[in-house]
Amino acid sequence: MSIIKDDAKKIATRESYGNALTQIGREHEDLIVLDADLAAATKTAIFKKEFPERHIDCGIAEANMMGIAAGLSTTGKVPFVSSFAMFAAGRAFEQIRNSIGYPKLNVKIGATHAGISVGEDGATHQCNEDIALMRTIPGMVVLNPSDDIEAKAAVKAAYEHDGPVYLRFGRLAVPVINDNADYTFEIGKGVVLKEGSDVTIVATGLTVSESLMAAEILEADGINAKVVNIHTIKPIDKDLIIACAKETGKIVTVEEHSVIGGLGSAVCDVLSENYPTKVMKIGINDTYGESGPALELIKKYGLDKESIAKRVREFVS
Amino acid sequence: MNKLELMRIANEVRKGIVTAVHSAKSGHPGGSLSAADIFTYLYFEEMNVDPKNPKMKDRDRFVLSKGHVAPGLYATLAQKGFFPVEDLKTLRHVGSYLQGHPDMKHIPGIDMSSGSLGQGLSCAVGMALSAKLSNEDYRVYSLTGDGEIQEGQIWEAAMFAGSRKLDNLVVIVDNNGLQIDGAIEDVCSPYPLDKKFEAFNFHVINIDGNDFDQIEAALKEARETKGQPTAIIAKTVKGKGVSFMENEAGWHGVAPNDEEYAQAMQELEKAGEALCQ
Repeated sequence: MSIIKDDAKKIATRESYGNALTQIGREHEDLIVLDADLAAATKTAIFKKEFPERHIDCGIAEANMMGIAAGLSTTGKVPFVSSFAMFAAGRAFEQIRNSIGYPKLNVKIGATHAGISVGEDGATHQCNEDIALMRTIPGMVVLNPSDDIEAKAAVKAAYEHDGPVYLRFGRLAVPVINDNADYTFEIGKGVVLKEGSDVTIVATGLTVSESLMAAEILEADGINAKVVNIHTIKPIDKDLIIACAKETGKIVTVEEHSVIGGLGSAVCDVLSENYPTKVMKIGINDTYGESGPALELIKKYGLDKESIAKRVREFVS
Repeated sequence: MNKLELMRIANEVRKGIVTAVHSAKSGHPGGSLSAADIFTYLYFEEMNVDPKNPKMKDRDRFVLSKGHVAPGLYATLAQKGFFPVEDLKTLRHVGSYLQGHPDMKHIPGIDMSSGSLGQGLSCAVGMALSAKLSNEDYRVYSLTGDGEIQEGQIWEAAMFAGSRKLDNLVVIVDNNGLQIDGAIEDVCSPYPLDKKFEAFNFHVINIDGNDFDQIEAALKEARETKGQPTAIIAKTVKGKGVSFMENEAGWHGVAPNDEEYAQAMQELEKAGEALCQ
C-alpha cells in the first residue's frame, strides 16, 4: 500500500493561506489582512487582488503591525496578521504577548516561511523557535498544518475561533495528503493517519508526509509504526497521545522546529505527567540552519523519510 | 463645563491618584499628576463616552500608551462614574480589578490593555484605522510619555498614522521632561518633539498641558484638522499639585509614606477649598 500517491499534488501551505483568506473574505467583511511588505511571499497578495481595501500593508514594521491588529480587533474586526515566522513570533513576541495575548484579543497570526525549508535565505530567516515561543503564551492556539487541505481548514477554524491563534505555514510545496472525503479538522484533535503497534510517530507540519513515507520504509523492515498528525500544538490532544503511548510504548516526535520547546516537548509534557514513556525527539538539534535548497536541507538536518526511518529503526530495536 | 469646575474635578482626580498609590504602597504618582488635567478634560469635555455603557459602539476611544500612569486614568474614570471612587484604594492589591497597568478585560472604561511602553499608540492607530475602514466617526486619543517615545515602535506607529492620514487620531505627549533615570535630554534626548512629529506628517500643536484653556483650544484645532493626525505636545509639570513631588524624577514610581500622604492630601484639600470660594 502506498499512503502518499506518487502523483500527489504539491502545494505550499503559504499558498493555501492566501487562498483560504480570499475565500473566507468573500463571506465575511470583518476579515482584514495585514502584511509587512511581504504580500508576494506570504501570499496575502492573492487576497489583496480581490479585496485591496481590506488588505493593509503596514510596511516593514512588524511590532506596530501587531498593535494595529490588536486595535482593529477591539472594534470587532478579525485581523489576520501576516509575516515570516521569524518576524512575527520572533521579532514581535512581546507585542503578541502583551497587546494580543494578555487582553485575549481576536487576532490571528499567519506566520509563513517557518523552519529550515525557507532554504536559500539561510539561518536569519529560518525560524525554528516559533512554536516554543507561541505555546508559552496563555490562551494562544498554535496550529501547524501538514498540507494544503489542512492549512485551508486551519485558517477557517482560526477565523471561527474566538481568541488569538498562531498559524504556521511553510514556503516549500508539500504533498497533499489529506484529500479524502471524510477529512475533518477540529482544533485540538490529532489525526491517526496510519495504525501500527511497534511505535508511534507523532509528526506535525511538513514532517507529517515524510513520517508517513518513513512508516512505509519501516514496514518493509517489519516495523509496524503508527503515524499521528498533530496539527494543533496547543491545546494538544492529550488523550490521543496517552492512548498511543499505552498502545505502542515508544513514541517518536518529528518536527521542523527546535527539539527544545516544540512538539517534542509538548508531547513529553503530557507523557511525563500522565504515562511516562520513552520518547525520541527528531527536530532541529539546538542549532541554526544554513543556506541551501530546501529539500537538501531537510535531508541534511535529518527530517526526510530515510533519516526518520533510520532513527526510528535504531530507537525501536 | 466651565474652567473652574474642570479644575475642581482635576483636583479630585489628583486626590484619587495620591490615595490609590499610597494604598498600593507602589505605583507612579509623578506622571499621573502631570497628566491629570489632560485626563480630566478628555473624559469630562472632549470624549463621547458613557459610564453606564462603557462598551458603547460609537464611543470615542482612549489608549493610555504610557500605561504606568494608570492611577491617573483610574482616578478620572472613577470621578466620571465608571466605578466607585472608593475602589481606588484597592489599586495593585491581590484580587483587585485595578491592575498596576490598564487591563481592558476587567476594568470598565479601559479600551486597551497597555503598559509595555511603545505598544499602546499602535493599538490606538489600529482603532483609528478601523473607523476609517468602516466609515465610523468616532475619534481615538492616545497619551504617550516623553520618555516613552524613545521606543522605536512609537515611530513605526507615527509613520503609519501619518502615511494613512488618520485625522481621527490625536496623540498627546505628556512632556513633563523627566523619566526614571533623570531629565529626558540627559538620558537620551527625544527633542525636538514637534519637528519629529511634523516630519512624520502630523499636525503639531504645542501647549501648556496643565492649562485647560490651552487643552481645549488644541483639541478643538485637532478636530478641525483634516487629512493629518494631530500630535499635541503638552508641556506639563511632573508631580503637579503636590509641592514636594513637582519636577522631581524621584517621584516617578514611588509611593508616598503615611506622613507624605497626609501632607499631599492637606495640600490638595486646601487647593480644592480655594477653588470652591
